Amino acid sequence: MDVLKKVPVREQEPLVRAANFEEVCLGYNEKEAVEEAARCLNCKNAQCIKGCPVAIDIPAFISRIKEEKFEEAYQTISQASALPAVCGRVCPQESQCEGKCIRGYKGDPVSIGKLERFTADWARSHGISPKAPDHKNGHKVAVIGSGPAGLTCAGDLAKMGYDVTIFEALHEPGGVLSYGIPEFRLPKKEVVAAEVENVRALGVKIETNVVIGKSVTIDELMEKEGFEAVFIGSGAGLPRFMGIPGEQALGVFSANEYLTRSNLMKAFLEEYDTPISAGRKVIVVGGGNVAMDAARTAKRLGAEVHIVYRRSEAELPARVEEVHHAKEEGIIFDLLQNPTEILVDENGCVRGARVIKMELGEPDESGRRSPVEIPGSEYEIEADTVIMSLGTSPNPLISSTTKGLDINRWQCIVAGEEDGATSKEGVFAGGDAVTGAATVILAMGAGKAAANGIDAYLRGGQGAVPAGEKEPGC
Amino acid sequence: MYPIVKREKLADKIYLMDVRAPRVAQYCEPGQFVIVKIDETGERIPLTICDYDREAGTITIVFQVVGASTERMAGLKEGDIFQDFVGPLGCPSDLTGVEPEELKKKKIVFIAGGVGTAPVYPQVKWLHEHGVDCDVIMGSRNKELLILEEEMRRVASNLYITTDDGSYGFHGTGTAQLQALYDQGIRYDHCVAIGPMIMMKYVCILTKELGLPTIVSMNPIMVDGTGMCGACRLMVDGKVKFACVDGPEFNGHLVDFDQAMKRQNQYRTEEGRAMLRLQEGDTHHGGCGHCS
Repeated sequence: MDVLKKVPVREQEPLVRAANFEEVCLGYNEKEAVEEAARCLNCKNAQCIKGCPVAIDIPAFISRIKEEKFEEAYQTISQASALPAVCGRVCPQESQCEGKCIRGYKGDPVSIGKLERFTADWARSHGISPKAPDHKNGHKVAVIGSGPAGLTCAGDLAKMGYDVTIFEALHEPGGVLSYGIPEFRLPKKEVVAAEVENVRALGVKIETNVVIGKSVTIDELMEKEGFEAVFIGSGAGLPRFMGIPGEQALGVFSANEYLTRSNLMKAFLEEYDTPISAGRKVIVVGGGNVAMDAARTAKRLGAEVHIVYRRSEAELPARVEEVHHAKEEGIIFDLLQNPTEILVDENGCVRGARVIKMELGEPDESGRRSPVEIPGSEYEIEADTVIMSLGTSPNPLISSTTKGLDINRWQCIVAGEEDGATSKEGVFAGGDAVTGAATVILAMGAGKAAANGIDAYLRGGQGAVPAGEKEPGC
Repeated sequence: MYPIVKREKLADKIYLMDVRAPRVAQYCEPGQFVIVKIDETGERIPLTICDYDREAGTITIVFQVVGASTERMAGLKEGDIFQDFVGPLGCPSDLTGVEPEELKKKKIVFIAGGVGTAPVYPQVKWLHEHGVDCDVIMGSRNKELLILEEEMRRVASNLYITTDDGSYGFHGTGTAQLQALYDQGIRYDHCVAIGPMIMMKYVCILTKELGLPTIVSMNPIMVDGTGMCGACRLMVDGKVKFACVDGPEFNGHLVDFDQAMKRQNQYRTEEGRAMLRLQEGDTHHGGCGHCS
């Protein structure tokens, strides 16, 4: 065994998995996990913990794996994270915990993500779940949205003894974990539903089919239903379009719609009623993780799929692993190109796109070199489906119906980073609703900070503990 | 879980149900809609709220069988349940935001087509309860398909019934009936048209000529109904609008109906049909009857 290399993780063969919706990565077994855990140097001043937005005690849980005390490893992670099976799969570890791993200076960093996943999967398959606290403090808190921010905030508050109800607009809990991230990256029943159940096991109630701002407002929750504090973790659900000609044609979808049909409504399964238009030749516009998810979904539905992205490969916002998987599965990358028009046939259906080639100019405010059109380089490509994956912004339903809740010019709720406090008393916020579209783990970090903020607020004069000074997971 | 407390067959393939959904009934207003999902494998189907009872906590929906999910819905009995029932969604009717005293100064006409009669009813009822008079033109293909006639007669000042085949009432469309009323010298200040898109399109062509401001209620394909997917987008006055959050009501003279009708048939293309036949022949949301 080469101690500088990660223990390789087993995956489905690319050509096999490109035709099914089973999970791509098969994860470590016990032997592989123990072997990989042995690579951890158990640093005294562990940098990996600093790289984790929810500050999991990473060396501690890896040490337990090393000792084959898998249940203890799980309990260690659970103190800090409500969603380890999710995070082990979708966190960008390369830029967080693993990005800071000392092993990474010379060789591969420890495969922290895969070990986290192993631990959570092991616990689930052995029927281990977190336990509800012995005492309740009787204070009611409402959490809006059951995505990563909401589940984390609710779970942490429940552990502190609060009486927490999550309100979810859709019919399934999980937020982006349910409607956005595909089955082949994040199995819904085995992983998402199971982790949601673990949050319920802490005593959290989840009420689905409640659209805050429509079914009931935040003010009504606080004035009429007795909630003393509210956490808004409603995410960033509004899709963007390009505003180019032909975008209303039949066959142009937002990535949100395409993925929701497939992931939430399970349109890829015959026994479900919701249809999805598979497409023969699909263009996905954009280069983020969502674009990769949409492209790989279309591929699995049988299409030839092109990613059209206006910058070069180095600027792709998607995780390297996702790009790598997409390429392996046969997704074609048309880089440094941008659609200028969707071409429409006489029936109003997409027949292709007019695309212009780009080159990279000076860095823009994001620090990435900005794409510049090359005059006269336009050409047409054929397609019957176009999926727009250009990012999302927060839904104004809540901010527009809540008195005294400040938002910024991007429609994001203004909230303190340390405690999630908003301009409205008793109302806290975090996750994509505050930052705009970001990652699962950053939303979880914000949910955790807000749980501490809410605790401090509700304890008021009785020795409130400022957010940030508490041990994670108390 | 949302139990069905009343079920009634109104006409061939058209059903009325009262469903217990206290959260929806508490704050809903005329013009808003709900999304129902029969069970795990069902589609999310948007349906305009037809009536509501805040005390009983019930919502009345009316739907037409057009596909597998609505076919299965028609098979539900009193006491059966919808797995999911979410709302109220969309914006309330503009009329509910106007002072009744202001409304009393206007002559209002509603034009309802087919199952579109169901969403017209709560608006007329609301106006009636607020002491505002209004006329209603309601039409269907034939006498058998006419729904809510008695209910509407109780709340409308003048009720004009039309059938396409002349089997009952005025022989012709609601649009033709409106023209006939204008020919008799009757004039209106405000029109609300709800029905199949093709009907709303022709009503709007006429009312534009007549200079009669007209509100339509759009019911395009939807998935989430909260602004998330963009499936329901349509062009209004050259701008992209989402029917679920910006509507469902819009100024009919500014809606691009031709494009909206094409988008409505997104899952009825030849290939789509073939695929859908495989999947038991269901189409998009069904139930609204706007795409016969």
